[in-house]
Amino acid sequence: MTGNPPANLPGLPEEPVARTGMFGATGTGDTSGYGGLVVRRAPKLSTPRPYGGPVGPSGRGDFDDIADQLERALGGDLAEAVESVVVDRGELTFHVKRERLLEVCRHLRDDPALRFELSLGVSGVHYPDDTGAELHAVIHLCSITHNRRLRVECAAPDADPHVPSTVEIYPTHDWHEREAYDLFGLIFDGHPALTRIQMPDDWEGHPQRKDYPLGGVPVEYRGAEIPAPDERRSYA
Amino acid sequence: MSTAYDNAQEEATEGKVYTVTGQDWDELVAAVAGSDEERLVINMGPQHPSTHGVLRLVLTLDGETVIEARTVIGYLHTGIEKNMEFRTWTQGTTFVTRMDYLAPIFNETAYCLGVEKLLGITDRIPERADVIRVLMMELNRISSHMMAIATFGMELGATTPFLFGIREREMVLDLFEYITGLRMNMAYIRPGGVSVDLPAGTVDKIGEFLKIMPKRIYEMRKLLDANPAYLRRTKDVAYLDLTGCMALGVTGPILRSAGLPWDLRKSQPYCGYETYDFDVPTEKTCDVYGRYLVRMSEMEESLKIIEQCLDRLAGPDLKGKPVMIEDKKIGWPAQLALGPDGFGNSPDHIAHIMGTSMEALIHHFKLVTEGFRVPAGQAYAAVESPRGELGAHVVSDGGTRPYRVHFRDPSFTHLQAIPATCEGGMVADVISAVASLDPIMGGVDR
Repeated sequence: MTGNPPANLPGLPEEPVARTGMFGATGTGDTSGYGGLVVRRAPKLSTPRPYGGPVGPSGRGDFDDIADQLERALGGDLAEAVESVVVDRGELTFHVKRERLLEVCRHLRDDPALRFELSLGVSGVHYPDDTGAELHAVIHLCSITHNRRLRVECAAPDADPHVPSTVEIYPTHDWHEREAYDLFGLIFDGHPALTRIQMPDDWEGHPQRKDYPLGGVPVEYRGAEIPAPDERRSYA
Repeated sequence: MSTAYDNAQEEATEGKVYTVTGQDWDELVAAVAGSDEERLVINMGPQHPSTHGVLRLVLTLDGETVIEARTVIGYLHTGIEKNMEFRTWTQGTTFVTRMDYLAPIFNETAYCLGVEKLLGITDRIPERADVIRVLMMELNRISSHMMAIATFGMELGATTPFLFGIREREMVLDLFEYITGLRMNMAYIRPGGVSVDLPAGTVDKIGEFLKIMPKRIYEMRKLLDANPAYLRRTKDVAYLDLTGCMALGVTGPILRSAGLPWDLRKSQPYCGYETYDFDVPTEKTCDVYGRYLVRMSEMEESLKIIEQCLDRLAGPDLKGKPVMIEDKKIGWPAQLALGPDGFGNSPDHIAHIMGTSMEALIHHFKLVTEGFRVPAGQAYAAVESPRGELGAHVVSDGGTRPYRVHFRDPSFTHLQAIPATCEGGMVADVISAVASLDPIMGGVDR
């Protein structure tokens, strides 16, 4: 609603089709009239400057200030380390290249103009359709000094699910990275002890992934089985 | 089941194994006295009366000094975050409320604030709903802190604080039952507002509660504030200073007992907290006693906020105003009411959809079964829960169900502070240290 570019208007490239029809059912005679429905995937956002944000003492948007200060601290073009910047729903996100993640995080924590001293942890997200960057590690940072927030996102392809560990910069990430590893299979290189944390040690697979096989429920009625949640008819 | 076999196998790799089942302390002491091992590894939990739920601690002891404390969690992992991906956005509240089960209202609010941010309706939530949310959160803060102090007392071996705390918490739970129909896991806060308005008589009931509660908090303070036994178990125990808190991501009363007045209600207000008059109590002791004092003062501040909420709810500006967003595409269609067969859709609403309007029936059916769509994107919403920053990272792909919801639960983060607060101390202080972190395993494991 806010900040999203209008999807599929003339002149804009069309996003790939996510789904056709409705209810997730195929092969049955569709009498609902929804058979021709085409749902496209949401476009990947990237925000150009100026980024805006709440207006700080400098008279400019906070988000521009953060980007400028990070660029200065990195000593080069911001785009070399940050693949894209997204401003959406009043929140700022840096999509950081994984080779530069440690460097970026260290500047974010230590630079007096940035001072994101408190990390609220790492959250994994699996986007199977985001080819080449299926697994995202999302770090939520908070600066108590400047009272502002920032999200740092670092993606890795499914074939090579390695992301550098940020435990040495934010010790609180220890368990959060273990959880992201446990539930998504993201491997944090350099983590002191990357083991499972929620699932049993000998568990196979990473349950929060979208391709994790879900079981159905057998019922005592003529060999029937309630299908797994992702195979049931639904509105999607 | 042959434990002898297990023991033999473990002894081959890890040394002599003792099995302790309770009331056999003398035998254990006699057996250990004959051993030439210097270190003892104790497996405390996951079923242990003083580990605050199914938390397992592996303690390496040298005498009575803890050399190493390792924490094992996951015994209460129920996959709530995964389950939510197969339910509608509204049904999500019934899941998140079960995470940190002593602070259900906070889970619901954090989740709903995240969903509302994604929907872009944060500014359109009715003011009455916001005031009710604040009221419920502050009541919940009191019940949660009371439970924290109650169990803390019992784990140290004092049963009176436990009885006091449970009695006081019960008063809050009675209020919750009166307002929502449920004592816990209410799913009362919904995206767009709250599920139902306060029933008649609520303001009076909470008014009575406000008369009794200050005395009860004073009683608890009289019992514990200067109690010599209590002081010796809590003062200078489990020291964690500001640097440690920042590094470990520790927030809430633990951070405030290290002297930093960081409270999201003040620093990044939500639900209109900026319009209430209250203080953020801090201590500078960085120890268990400081955390206790902060919790006690926070309850007193909560009472102030509740009083202001009541004034607003009874005032002419908010009386009888809606508690759910006016947008019919998001707001829950039913007007709930209490009938002879329990709580459900109001007779007026049933008459409307069944008798007079086909469109209303379709609308009701669509919104309840299909739910509303949330524009694609991600948002992070945080509230100050009784334990610290409770954050909800909510991701949507544009559908009627959450694509991913992650809860940044303060208990999960705080348990990482166990090695920092326990190692080098006495084994008896481990109990005190863990209890002062106030971890709720439902929130830790989710």
